[in-house]
Amino acid sequence: MKKILIILLLFNLNFSYVSSIEPEIFVQSTVNRASQVLSQNILKEDKINGLKSIAKETVDIKGIGIYSLGSIRKNLDNDQKQKYFKLFENYFLKSFSSRLSEYTNPKIEVQGKEVLNENYTMVNSILISTSERPEVKIDWRVYTKNPNSPLIRDLIIEGLSLARTQKEEFASIINSNDGNIEALFKTLEEFSKN
Amino acid sequence: MLLYIEQLYIIKMIMFKKFAIILFSVFLFSLNSYAGSEGQLDLPEKQQSKKIKDCFEKLNRATFSFNQGLDKAIIKPIAKGYRNLPDPIQKGTKNAVTNLSNLITIPNNILQGDVKLAIINTGRLVVNTTVGLLGTIDVANKMGFPKYIKEDYGQTLGTWGVGPGCYVVLPVLGPSTLRDTAGSFANVMGGDPWYNASVHGNNEFLSEGLYITSKAISGVDFRANNLESFDNLEENSIDFYASVKSLYLQDRENKIENNQRGNVEVIYKNEEDWEEIDSN
Repeated sequence: MKKILIILLLFNLNFSYVSSIEPEIFVQSTVNRASQVLSQNILKEDKINGLKSIAKETVDIKGIGIYSLGSIRKNLDNDQKQKYFKLFENYFLKSFSSRLSEYTNPKIEVQGKEVLNENYTMVNSILISTSERPEVKIDWRVYTKNPNSPLIRDLIIEGLSLARTQKEEFASIINSNDGNIEALFKTLEEFSKN
Repeated sequence: MLLYIEQLYIIKMIMFKKFAIILFSVFLFSLNSYAGSEGQLDLPEKQQSKKIKDCFEKLNRATFSFNQGLDKAIIKPIAKGYRNLPDPIQKGTKNAVTNLSNLITIPNNILQGDVKLAIINTGRLVVNTTVGLLGTIDVANKMGFPKYIKEDYGQTLGTWGVGPGCYVVLPVLGPSTLRDTAGSFANVMGGDPWYNASVHGNNEFLSEGLYITSKAISGVDFRANNLESFDNLEENSIDFYASVKSLYLQDRENKIENNQRGNVEVIYKNEEDWEEIDSN
């Protein structure tokens, strides 16, 4: 009986340890994986594919897509939403991976975290300086609603939010086309094709 | 460069009579930009108050294209050449122009009520200009002075509560707002001791040409430090103009609120935007 209790207790401890992933550990592990891909002596195309696969697992692409739409998201019907999510994912993966693929062996060091609320934690890190560029501060907005499966929602580089920049870019395209969402769809499609 | 010289002369001609009008107009524009945005955008109220109007978008986009052309033809090649210079020369040049910028930072520290920082920056200026061989060596940094943070008159106006007004793209000089443009005017209105000494100083060693050269070097140094990131941004933007505008305005927002780079106080303010997002 005692043995069974001990086994159950150990199993329970082990389960609770595995089930909740600390945001800073999650970011460091994601960064290490990306860094490993970037430091490999492989074709740029293969690096991009490796980064895309990591992004699909660790980034809340759909969440960023919703955020980037701004308030116009409330006016879309289901068909438009489905179309948008598909276009956005292709756009995001291409943009994200080609932005990163230029770096070779970047060293990012997680320095701390700040819990904003139960849904979000900001993880603070630095991209370590090299002879060619100075140190860069990078903060990661991690979505922690499901603590077992945290996801990245934004990167804030030196105080500049990439998600906000993207949101304002999308708003600019929609506003320049009299609020027509189809113009944004077309632009996203063209970007992904090129 | 010619455009810049021409612009300086124009500024000189009109600045004394117009400055008060400009400041007043900026103030009106900033009020107007908030009043005018009501009901025009389908955005929540909290977002409307942060929205900076692009009142001259067509003109701004045209100027942006012109600046891009100028950048590709002249500024970028010069920046690339600058990057090939030996590191000590680049670092010395960067230190020297940063040291000169302290002449604008110090009065702005005072105008923002931070006398202690003004005293520290004065010490930094004295040490770097003398021991640091005209600012080419950042001796103050090695002595343990706190990290230097630039301030300008646009930031001071912002801390005084003057709204940004409309977003503008200036020929050659790039993105700005009406408030920040007015702040730049203050430099040539007597607010920049380096300008005063160079242009009005009646000194055989200093001249207007030297002032313009120092500003041009500062611009080239900035461009050289951002060659890859600008290329990357341009390549991966679906609206490069909007990306640059967003990044400029975010940066100014951080600077005006004196957020250390990398801190996230500004981002916290947009929390309600994120709270609504549920992708599950």
